[in-house]
Amino acid sequence: MTEKRHVRPYGDTSGDGMVQVSFTLPVAHGPRAEGAALLLANKMGIDPAMVVHANPIGPDFTFFVVYGSVTHIVDMAEVVVVEREYPLLPPGEVNTALKRLLRRKLVVVGACIGTDAHTVGIDAILNIKGFAGEKGLEYYRELRVVNLGAQVAVPDLVKRARAEKADAVLVSQVVTQRDAHILNTQEMSAAFREAMGERRPLLIAGGPRFDPRMAGELGVDRVFSRGTTPGEVASYLAHAVAQKHVPTAPDAPGTSSAGKAPKAPKTTAAKKKETVRA
Amino acid sequence: MALLDLDPEVVATARRLAAAAAAPVVEIARSHTTVSVERATLRLAGITGADSTHRAGDVPWVNRVVDAVVEHCGLEHGVSLPVFHALREHDLGSLTELAEATAAGQVRYTLPTGRDAVRAAKAARAAVAKGLRTVDRNRAQRDKLVARLGDPPRRPWIYLIVATGDIDEDVVQAANAARAGADIIAVIRSTGQSLIDYVPEGATHHGFAGTYATQENFRIMRAAMDEVSKEVGRYVRVTNYASGLCMPEIAVLAGLQRLDMMLNDSMYGILFRDINPIRTFVDQRFSRQVHARAGIIINTGEDNYLTTADAVDAAHTVTVSQLLNEHFAHEAGLPDPLLGLGHAFEINPRVPDSFRLELAHALLARELFPDAPLKWMPPTKHMTGDVFNGYLLDGFFNLAGVLTGQSILLVGMMTEAVVTPFLSDRDLALANVRYVLDAAGGLAEDFRPAPDGLIVKRAHQVLGEAVDLLGRIVDDGLLDAIARGTFGLMKRPADQGRGADGVVAKAAGYLNPASDLLDEGAEK
Repeated sequence: MTEKRHVRPYGDTSGDGMVQVSFTLPVAHGPRAEGAALLLANKMGIDPAMVVHANPIGPDFTFFVVYGSVTHIVDMAEVVVVEREYPLLPPGEVNTALKRLLRRKLVVVGACIGTDAHTVGIDAILNIKGFAGEKGLEYYRELRVVNLGAQVAVPDLVKRARAEKADAVLVSQVVTQRDAHILNTQEMSAAFREAMGERRPLLIAGGPRFDPRMAGELGVDRVFSRGTTPGEVASYLAHAVAQKHVPTAPDAPGTSSAGKAPKAPKTTAAKKKETVRA
Repeated sequence: MALLDLDPEVVATARRLAAAAAAPVVEIARSHTTVSVERATLRLAGITGADSTHRAGDVPWVNRVVDAVVEHCGLEHGVSLPVFHALREHDLGSLTELAEATAAGQVRYTLPTGRDAVRAAKAARAAVAKGLRTVDRNRAQRDKLVARLGDPPRRPWIYLIVATGDIDEDVVQAANAARAGADIIAVIRSTGQSLIDYVPEGATHHGFAGTYATQENFRIMRAAMDEVSKEVGRYVRVTNYASGLCMPEIAVLAGLQRLDMMLNDSMYGILFRDINPIRTFVDQRFSRQVHARAGIIINTGEDNYLTTADAVDAAHTVTVSQLLNEHFAHEAGLPDPLLGLGHAFEINPRVPDSFRLELAHALLARELFPDAPLKWMPPTKHMTGDVFNGYLLDGFFNLAGVLTGQSILLVGMMTEAVVTPFLSDRDLALANVRYVLDAAGGLAEDFRPAPDGLIVKRAHQVLGEAVDLLGRIVDDGLLDAIARGTFGLMKRPADQGRGADGVVAKAAGYLNPASDLLDEGAEK
């Protein structure tokens, strides 16, 4: 079936425009409340609207279910979808992708840097408990998570990331004065560049005050802002690892001295990864 | 009402194995203390408030004092002797003055000996006993209010969560929920409070996906629910979370502010918050002793295992954890009526016979722990955002709850994993519970699973698997089992995790008047 250019909601007949909505108004149950619900429905473009259910919630609120036909028409030509640069994968697929690419666990080191003692952000992403109904990165079989917690000094973070052979470093900045979150993150990315150059791990910054467009300015690979879920970060990791190991100009395999080189690497990606980590 | 015909021999074996598995851990819990146990002791002795001049923000006085004792003379003898010795040496009027002097660097803590030690011990015991008498009075007050206003009219009690981040908004939501039929109000804590090694102070208004547990927030909610209790004509219970790094302190604050139930699992912090296992078991024992004294019902967290592991494959780990939680609770002095063991309705609804399997698991818990107020937790893992389907699933959850005689029912929200519940979501969820209770509340009376049917067989199978697993845990040691990922698939080695540096082995002369008074059940 080819897509129609102009569409309206479908109740039980093409073009009937029928929708159902439910909402609560802070108005005592009664005729005035129902009138208010109809008025709201009309303003939402539902006309005619039917209040099919009105139920008091305590003395001051009323809950409504409204059915009706919306006057709006959607022009499919106007639909713009903002594409995430990576697909959102369920945990199983993230694990499969990482296993295929790396043939070992991906190491993630997380920390709150600077004076920030608020680990709420990093913990929501890393702890198995997770956030917004999604399990944290610890839940992923193919991730090895090292959460350093709060108030980690940048030199310590770099040292630990090296010791753990981190593939990715996640830093969180929740509570910040002036632009401390920006300065701290820049200090962090500069330290990794200086210490490790091109072999630095993926750097990811997160926190409610960050703007995702700031990655370049901060010197990191990706910035996550308010409301980010563990699944998004995990999916990004799978994506970033895949990007990093697209076999463009593979290093000479002979330089690999990693102890656990895969026995018979099927993909150059796996080989390349071992080289980078050597 | 034995419907499952469980073999008493097998049940006895399960309990014996649980006790054997727990024994070494109990021994560790008895022979160690933690910074949080010592801070909890000082809170019972009367220290309140925080150092607001500290550069890191408000630092509770108990933290300043315990940190100073750790630095000056170590914690292996407990905080009580050095603190009450210093109080007398410096001739200070109160522990708060001592804390202020500590912050100003004017106090050098030492371990007293001879007559000084005897005097310090006596003063410490008198101060802590005063705090415990407040806990005792609150317990008596609860009993009085329950006698006057009454318990909820029927089982299961209806448990509802509020989580606005602002204690004042929580009060509004809680009052509405109680009026709409909630018997128990739980205030979810701010995300990450488990991992901060101090208890914040005062009324708070800016939590993350929850409200900070503070003594003042406890007081505000309890006072508000006392008012609502009068209005609705039944005693509305208040719940919070004695978990995380400050578990013992939160337990004390709950006792001091007459909270009624506390989440208090023996392994949750280890598995899901990566808190050091020894720290958790030590803190857990002390907090359970406090809960026992305060008459607080604990709620354990077995439901969480099923959110990370498969609810069918891992069903027996829930049973094992319940048996361990039961043993740890009994050992700490909690009787069965205060043992809200947890379990959950988390089987994938696409699994054939999923509802029958849920009934089997729920009945097994009911019959293994006939006198415990079991807490029945709603589906979360398979709530998808299809709120209509979620509403149906919650209806089946409620039905399983009444059919198997569950005691505390946490009300499921159709918007689980979508948004924080709307006012209307909560109202609809309560309507769902009311419908099922009204329509089928007495159905348990007619419910007789066939002796050789799937439900009975499944229950026997899960119990058998639990006994097998307990046997392996006894052989390997509980700490090793936890390290290997037996529960909730989380691997937590005993020497790792947060808060490990706050664990101290007790020396020969260790003194903690709170532990003594709790062990003895004494008032003075």
